Amino acid sequence: MNSMKLQIRDLRVRFGEQLAASAAALDVDAGEIVGLAGESGSGKSMTIQAVLGLAGTAGATVTGSIKLDGVELTGMSAAELRAIRGRRIAAIFQSPGLAFNPVFRVGAIVTRALRQHGLSAAEARDRAAAAMRSVLLPPELLHRYPAQLSGGQLQRVAIALALALRADVLLADEPTSALDVTVQAEVLEVLRELRDSRGMAILFVSHDLAVIAELCDRVAVMRAGEVVEQGVTREVIAAPRHEYTRELLAAVPKLDG
Amino acid sequence: MIRLLKANQLIAAGGLIVLLIFVVAVFAPLLAPYPADAGSATHPENALLAPSLTHLFGTDQVGRDVFSRVLYGARISPVIALVVLLLACAAGVPLGVAAGYFGGAADEVIMRVTDVFLAFPSLLLALAFVAVLPASLTVVTIAIAITWWPWYARLIRGQAASVAGRPYVEACRALGIPRWRILLRHVLPNSVTPLIVQVSLDAGGVILTISALSFLGLGAQDPVPEWGLMVAEGENYFTTGWWLVTFPGLAILITALAFNLLGDGLRDALDPRRLPVR
Repeated sequence: MNSMKLQIRDLRVRFGEQLAASAAALDVDAGEIVGLAGESGSGKSMTIQAVLGLAGTAGATVTGSIKLDGVELTGMSAAELRAIRGRRIAAIFQSPGLAFNPVFRVGAIVTRALRQHGLSAAEARDRAAAAMRSVLLPPELLHRYPAQLSGGQLQRVAIALALALRADVLLADEPTSALDVTVQAEVLEVLRELRDSRGMAILFVSHDLAVIAELCDRVAVMRAGEVVEQGVTREVIAAPRHEYTRELLAAVPKLDG
Repeated sequence: MIRLLKANQLIAAGGLIVLLIFVVAVFAPLLAPYPADAGSATHPENALLAPSLTHLFGTDQVGRDVFSRVLYGARISPVIALVVLLLACAAGVPLGVAAGYFGGAADEVIMRVTDVFLAFPSLLLALAFVAVLPASLTVVTIAIAITWWPWYARLIRGQAASVAGRPYVEACRALGIPRWRILLRHVLPNSVTPLIVQVSLDAGGVILTISALSFLGLGAQDPVPEWGLMVAEGENYFTTGWWLVTFPGLAILITALAFNLLGDGLRDALDPRRLPVR
């Protein structure tokens, strides 16, 4: 199991006495999408924040182990984490509209981030354009302002940025929850493409089991800050072992109901 | 810049009027038929003449040409208004952004100071400053600016506080971008839109405040052709000499309108959220 891209062991995120998230064991391997399901407040996002090393700045204490290619991330300095965030581990969030500063052109934001990680201006431009093409967007969109793109397009630009930085782990925190269903499909298609052609390891957080069932290879279910069940998506959906998973599944609206 | 003007008739209209006011202010001595009337000259024999070809806007209670005085007034009220607004922004914007972005103790201290200022009616506060210091236009300018900045500080603080919590600002912090840079390039540009509108709307208000102070004998003093003062003095003759209040009043109106148009246009042009989808 040492080959796991991202390996989380005995992770506990606490605010004072209050446990916000805990995961005994959660792994994401290269070329796989792992779903993290659960209701609001179940600790899904806190887990993501902890992996990014940002839970501490929110006032939480993080214990346990988070390893990227066998390298321990917990306890790293802010500067060391900065070199890993973006370059190795990228993240996309729920509201792409708020992730981009509306006063800059999309391309300026993307190239700025690339240059922050040491690329020259020309390299940054080339890579940004290439990355746009791989998320099925015309590079010309880089000349627009965020408000001139749709939510789905912006979310794909955010993914393009992760690609341009050559990140190998992508943390996706409810990336499609704010998007309507057709746009959602575009984003999911791009995520699948990243897994299959680039072997990216993706941790996909969502409260939407239908999306997870469709997209993820494996799934972990969180409740009240704890991972209560995990396994291969098909098996978990077909034969849930935990009571809570059954409740979640029962709550998914069905068309033929 | 040309594209901006073409796309935005508001800026064009407002800018044109402001330019016109500026030209009038600069060339007042050449444009005014009786330049001396803007000073201490009096012609009691011509008092309160109705508008005619010799006196386009009529004459006032001591026989001065109102047209000449209104033209010269363009050198005073708009300039003071501009200086007041610039001073108020210079104080209010940095304090407001700091209070909103940092929150906590800085926020409390700055906002309580603005509370103290806002607790007094602004005219009364300006009056107090002007009463203690010698009456002059410089003192009036500073006094009004002192009563004006807390509004801007509050306005921009609310914006900055909401922008500070947005993911793109959090991302900047996670990237380790220096604080001043986050404030200047990310928080400020996303917070100023309501301020630009407010400032442009306030141009008229400042001119009226100046005139109120002039009216109370604390701002501009008589021979100075300040529009507000002219309106205040003309009020006594309103029934017999309507032109005394009308023309300087119109000058104030047009100036305020020009700044408002400019402000609305700037808001539309500067806010990328309002850009049309191409």
